[in-house]
Amino acid sequence: MSLGEAGLVNQKYALLPAFLQAKGLIRQHVSSFNHFIGSDLLKIIRAKGNERVTCDADPNFYLKYTNIYVGRPSLEEDYIQTELTPNQCRLRDQTYSAPITVDVEYTRGKEVVIRKGKNNSGAILIGRMPIMLRSDRCVLTGKSEEELARVGECPLDPGGYFVVKGTEKVILIQEQLSKNRIIIDTDSHGGIVASVTSSTHERKSKTNIVTKHGRLLLKHNAFTEDVNIVAVMRAMGVESDEEVLQLVGTEGPFATLLTPTLQHCREEGVFTRQQALDYLASKVKGGSRPPGAGPAGGGFQRRTRSRVDEAREILANVVLCHVPVVAFDYQQKVTYIAVMVRRMLYAMLDPSFIDDRDYYGNKRLELAGGLLALLFEDLFKRQGRRPGRFECDASHEQSYPIAQNGKLKRHIATTLELHIAFPIRSSNLHSRSSALPALPAPQFDIAKCIRTDTITFGLEHAISSGNWTIKRFRMERKGVTQVLSRLSFISAVGMMTRITSQFEKTRKVSGPRALQPSQWGMLCPADTPEGESCGLVKNLALMTHVTTDEEEAPIARLAHILGVEPATLVNQGELRERGSALVFLNGNILGVHRRPKAFVRAFREMRRRGKVGEFVSVYMQHDTVQIASDGGRVCRPLIICDKGVPRVKDEHLRLLKEGKWTFNSFLTAGLLEYLDVNEENNSLVALYESNCGPRTTHLEIEPFTILGVVAGLIPYPHHNQSPRNTYQRPLLTTKTIELVGFDRLGAGQNATVAVMSYSGYDIEDAIVMNRASLDRGFGRCIVLRKYGTSLKKYANRTQDRIVLPAAATAAAASAARPGKFRILDRDGIAAAGEVLTQGEVLVNKQMPTNTRDPVTAPNALPDSFYRNAPITWKGYSGGEKCVVDKVLLTSNDDCSCVVKVLVRHTRRPELGDKFSSRHGQKGVVGSIWSQSDMPFTERGLVPDLIMNPHGFPSRMTVGKMIELLGSKAAVCTGKFHYGTAFGEPAGLADTVDHISQELVEAGFSYSGKDFLHSGITGEALEAYIFMGPVYYQKLKHMVGYGASMLLLERLMISSDAFEVQVCMQCGLMGYRRHDGTTLCSTCKSGANMAGLRLPYAMKLLTQELQSMNIVPRLILDSQ
Amino acid sequence: MARTKKGARKEDPGAAAAAAAAAADDGPSTSYDATLPASLEEQRTRIVCKPDRNLHTTSTIAATQWASLGVDAAFDLARFKRGFDINITRYEGDDMEFEMKGVSCAVANSLRRIMISETPTMAIEHVFIVNNTSVIQDEVLSHRLGLIPLKVDPRLFQYKAKEDTPSEQNTIVLKLKVECRRLPSGALENDKVYSSALQWLPEGSEMPDETSCRFASSQAALVPEGVRPVHDDILIAKLRPGQAIELECQCIKGVGDEHAKWSPVATTWYRLMPEVVLLQQPRGKVAEELAEQLPGLLHLSGSGDKATVVVGDVRKHDKLLEKVRRLSGEERYAPYIQLRKIKHHFIFTIESTGAWRPHELFNYAVQMMVSKCDKVLEGLQVFPNRSF
Repeated sequence: MSLGEAGLVNQKYALLPAFLQAKGLIRQHVSSFNHFIGSDLLKIIRAKGNERVTCDADPNFYLKYTNIYVGRPSLEEDYIQTELTPNQCRLRDQTYSAPITVDVEYTRGKEVVIRKGKNNSGAILIGRMPIMLRSDRCVLTGKSEEELARVGECPLDPGGYFVVKGTEKVILIQEQLSKNRIIIDTDSHGGIVASVTSSTHERKSKTNIVTKHGRLLLKHNAFTEDVNIVAVMRAMGVESDEEVLQLVGTEGPFATLLTPTLQHCREEGVFTRQQALDYLASKVKGGSRPPGAGPAGGGFQRRTRSRVDEAREILANVVLCHVPVVAFDYQQKVTYIAVMVRRMLYAMLDPSFIDDRDYYGNKRLELAGGLLALLFEDLFKRQGRRPGRFECDASHEQSYPIAQNGKLKRHIATTLELHIAFPIRSSNLHSRSSALPALPAPQFDIAKCIRTDTITFGLEHAISSGNWTIKRFRMERKGVTQVLSRLSFISAVGMMTRITSQFEKTRKVSGPRALQPSQWGMLCPADTPEGESCGLVKNLALMTHVTTDEEEAPIARLAHILGVEPATLVNQGELRERGSALVFLNGNILGVHRRPKAFVRAFREMRRRGKVGEFVSVYMQHDTVQIASDGGRVCRPLIICDKGVPRVKDEHLRLLKEGKWTFNSFLTAGLLEYLDVNEENNSLVALYESNCGPRTTHLEIEPFTILGVVAGLIPYPHHNQSPRNTYQRPLLTTKTIELVGFDRLGAGQNATVAVMSYSGYDIEDAIVMNRASLDRGFGRCIVLRKYGTSLKKYANRTQDRIVLPAAATAAAASAARPGKFRILDRDGIAAAGEVLTQGEVLVNKQMPTNTRDPVTAPNALPDSFYRNAPITWKGYSGGEKCVVDKVLLTSNDDCSCVVKVLVRHTRRPELGDKFSSRHGQKGVVGSIWSQSDMPFTERGLVPDLIMNPHGFPSRMTVGKMIELLGSKAAVCTGKFHYGTAFGEPAGLADTVDHISQELVEAGFSYSGKDFLHSGITGEALEAYIFMGPVYYQKLKHMVGYGASMLLLERLMISSDAFEVQVCMQCGLMGYRRHDGTTLCSTCKSGANMAGLRLPYAMKLLTQELQSMNIVPRLILDSQ
Repeated sequence: MARTKKGARKEDPGAAAAAAAAAADDGPSTSYDATLPASLEEQRTRIVCKPDRNLHTTSTIAATQWASLGVDAAFDLARFKRGFDINITRYEGDDMEFEMKGVSCAVANSLRRIMISETPTMAIEHVFIVNNTSVIQDEVLSHRLGLIPLKVDPRLFQYKAKEDTPSEQNTIVLKLKVECRRLPSGALENDKVYSSALQWLPEGSEMPDETSCRFASSQAALVPEGVRPVHDDILIAKLRPGQAIELECQCIKGVGDEHAKWSPVATTWYRLMPEVVLLQQPRGKVAEELAEQLPGLLHLSGSGDKATVVVGDVRKHDKLLEKVRRLSGEERYAPYIQLRKIKHHFIFTIESTGAWRPHELFNYAVQMMVSKCDKVLEGLQVFPNRSF
């Protein structure tokens, strides 16, 4: 196979399926979870504050976590470990989770005990971790389609969600402003503000430098008022003004701009370091302990410190806490502040240096892994102990603030005290233990002290409720998780790529909602909901990858090797030398490089050769070089070009085609690389090969990858008016559909559509349907609903039961069970296959009337002891019948019996059902006509549905017309046609010219129009009718009220309902007297009064008519 | 059937058979003797297919339509008899195509409508499911069963009203009992259930208590050739080892109006006889281009400036007709070529599902129409003859 010069255009598409094969559709979720399990967990337990637990009671005691493991999802029931499958969890309302185990080291008396587990699992169980489906730990990973089917799993299901208490939960991707980065902004007065949100494992804090009267001031929570920034620098050891200027930069008008600040500093009398500290100390928030003064702080070690010490501490650990200060060496932090100031000064001179908050390079996406890591660390610190002999008093427990491994630590203290106390029976015995019998204390076992439910329930509860409460950071977020939508396959996949942001939905700001140019290729430009969350909820594009944290140390080492001089080693003047640039790694200053461009080039070359992680980005920003390896950046793969010549050549694509290469081979060979939003700014990306010029650095893989999964389903979206694309195996497919697998799990049908006005039943987007098509099965769907209950056990050993009703048992011998118990089986549960009618009992559950007082024989209680608590079916009457599909009897985590009944409803389309094509052209069924009344073509074709042409002009859905043409050609030629977005140049979408050609060859009009006869008169129609197949989907049926209910609701309940007394004899309104009796003032009798609710407007009308000598009489009819 | 260029109508009452055939295309017989002007005559008998719309699609309705021209448009039986013709052009299995000339589209359409929705067949209506462990839900399975066409003459049976009890006169009982097993060889038995698995029970239901269907006598004599699906290879369900379907179906007589499963035709329709007309003889380059664009339909004769074209057999080049229509919209060819449809010349297609032979269906539809007309006449006679 030879590929011409233009051949690449058609071939490079092959990279996309390779990419998705390697990564999967919801790779972001899975890879972040894997990263969390694989490396974050270990980092958390090895973190400074978490690793060791000490004890106040026994100074020699310590407990050290040495390793942590997450096993395979399993379940222990009756002391038997069995493998857990996700479907089992869904059915049994369980959580799909795996045990978390740790290796520990601790002291017992004088000896050090080391406990290690075997076979990749730890010695001690500390809790259970909900497992993301299709992650490394999931049982489904690596299974073939057949094996998946055996465990009851759909092979096409993408995974990426959790099963918690039987429900499928997705942790939505959260968007937030990036941490540890300087952002220059303006405040409400137009002053320049530099703000940094510092975030470390221990602390989060926000530092601002603001301008006030030309002075630069530091604004921070720890200070009562804004403090002079030069004073802060003085306090950090930069005493002379010259040094300050050298740090910030001496060039241009910087000195002039800084003068007011220096002047102010002088006015405040701050010249020396000591003066500066005194100045700051006077501004420290009074009385309050600096938050978390020491990493292992807590309320225990409250020392009385001077305010100066406090100020020093705040500068070291609170202000800009992400910049390390080791042994009060402020060198790095001062440089950092100087950089902030410098950027502010730049922005004052040139407003184009002000950052855009909505710029996507300033955003980070938080995924399941990161959110779980936050939560886990919090829970790990809180983790307590197993309830045992030495139970703590609950109230006592709460009186302590939460500290590291809080509960565990306290428990060890109590336990150890006992151990010490018992042998000698000393008088200072723990107060409550004196009540205990003097048993010899069992040997201290750490396993007994560790309580597993804190972590287990904490994680489970957070995921199932969506409330993310991190006590350390006082973070409380709601709605982090959502129930996975299973309306259709695509709605489930679409949910996994959804991004929510923390912005308030009610705020009427357009900035965050607007489509940012920097989102190109990263986020889908079309897929966002309408209404209040428009633009705030976004979706990832097809090839977007979200990075995970990468180790900084090797990157820093490499940077130094490539010539970055550590900032501490160079003279302050040299920092600002012309041509050199400061190098930042994840927002921290790494050093200075004298030839930054060469450095960036070299660094990129190292990445392309695989010496640095593929997701590490390096880019020039103003006069700095930024290296980023932090998690949550969005990036996407692009083809590298050398002077405009793409590196990917025909032979590479051939290797891919032959299966010798995978997507990763392209990465390792340095032909492709991932660029994040910031690095894209340093690149010139060509859309097509023909656009490549000498300065082009990268080439797009395929234009349609700027769209997301859901938007990619729409054929020819670039021919539609854009709002029409914002909606939720057709004949005409797109490449996205094939990649996603939608062609294997279709959710609609190819309907033959005639675009015409035929009768008046198709006005206002209504559609007329062919009854014969419905008879033959068009548009049918099966709605399944679950009804479930569990049998609870109560404290007095009574429990719920399911029985046949007494009346039914007696009658059982003679005839069928009566009334609402008709469908019950002998076990009191509805039989599978039974047709339901309204009000029938599905499960005849009974509850004990008394669940508190002890009863003598809990198993042999009389029937009168129970009251009925049945599950009844409340389906609406009319329409088709519902059927009991399946009945499941199982037990849940609490070992109580669970009964689930699945009710099935096969719906045939009826008047008012909603259908939609893939172009947002939804319509309700306006009328259903028999086949003989429908028009027919010269080839005998009768449309399945008729759509009004007035739907087109205002909607401008040209894409739908092309879909119709393409589908028609597909039927004629027997080949699927394509309508991929922007796909025409690459041959991924059929052009209208090409389609028309095929239609003409098949004997159809080039325009897709047909000669039709009316089915009613038999005469030919004057107009040619645009007709052909269009893929139609049935939309979720909203069970609405009937018209009468609607009127009642609108005109009465939510309007002006009013109660009047009407005389049934004369039909006029009377009144209610103060004693409650009613009276008709016309008949002078209260005998025939009736209460009536009507709109107040109605009552007013009748009375006004009366005033005009017209007597309206309300004639009532008793029901 | 080669068409000659249409000119003004020539009236020749004593014409030969060939002339009669030609006359038949001139519309339903009317008794007028005077001639219509050529343009009106064209409107009366032809639909002109312009590139963006059809002209003159309506038919003559009133007998007095051209009274002012001295032309009586009333129906004339003698002329109808002379002009009417049916000619079967294709008869393959259950499909039949024939040409029908000299009737109005109202008649043709009525026949079409009767065939689709008023001609009875037998179809499965009630399904009594004893066991169904397949993945197909009961309703869906029943729906699929209902759509299977059955080879049985519906005229042998009576309609069953809802309150009637099933009997040998109004109900056919079918049984389906299959179970999938893995054979010792490893192959699967009955993994696909085809319509051939449906068994006819001429003696009636095997579980009369549940189905309340009791036959007084066997249907074996009534339907000597037996009852079976038209096609034996309709896939009903797929099974896996251990799954089974056991059910009994009751078939009753019904019409397509009620449910499409009773419709005896997959579809039936007609189209009008197309006609390619040379409005004026193209010559030279235009003629050559046209002949090239419409190969086979237009034959070139002569060459160079003297080139002319002759219209060939339109029926054999159906796929070029839309092209003719498009060309007739192009400025260059518009003066020369036009596509028309002959209003009263129907090419009728009947695609039977197999319960009826297509020609029987047509006969039935005609009889049905006759009886409907009788009913109307009967009704008219009840009223006194009065003018409004």
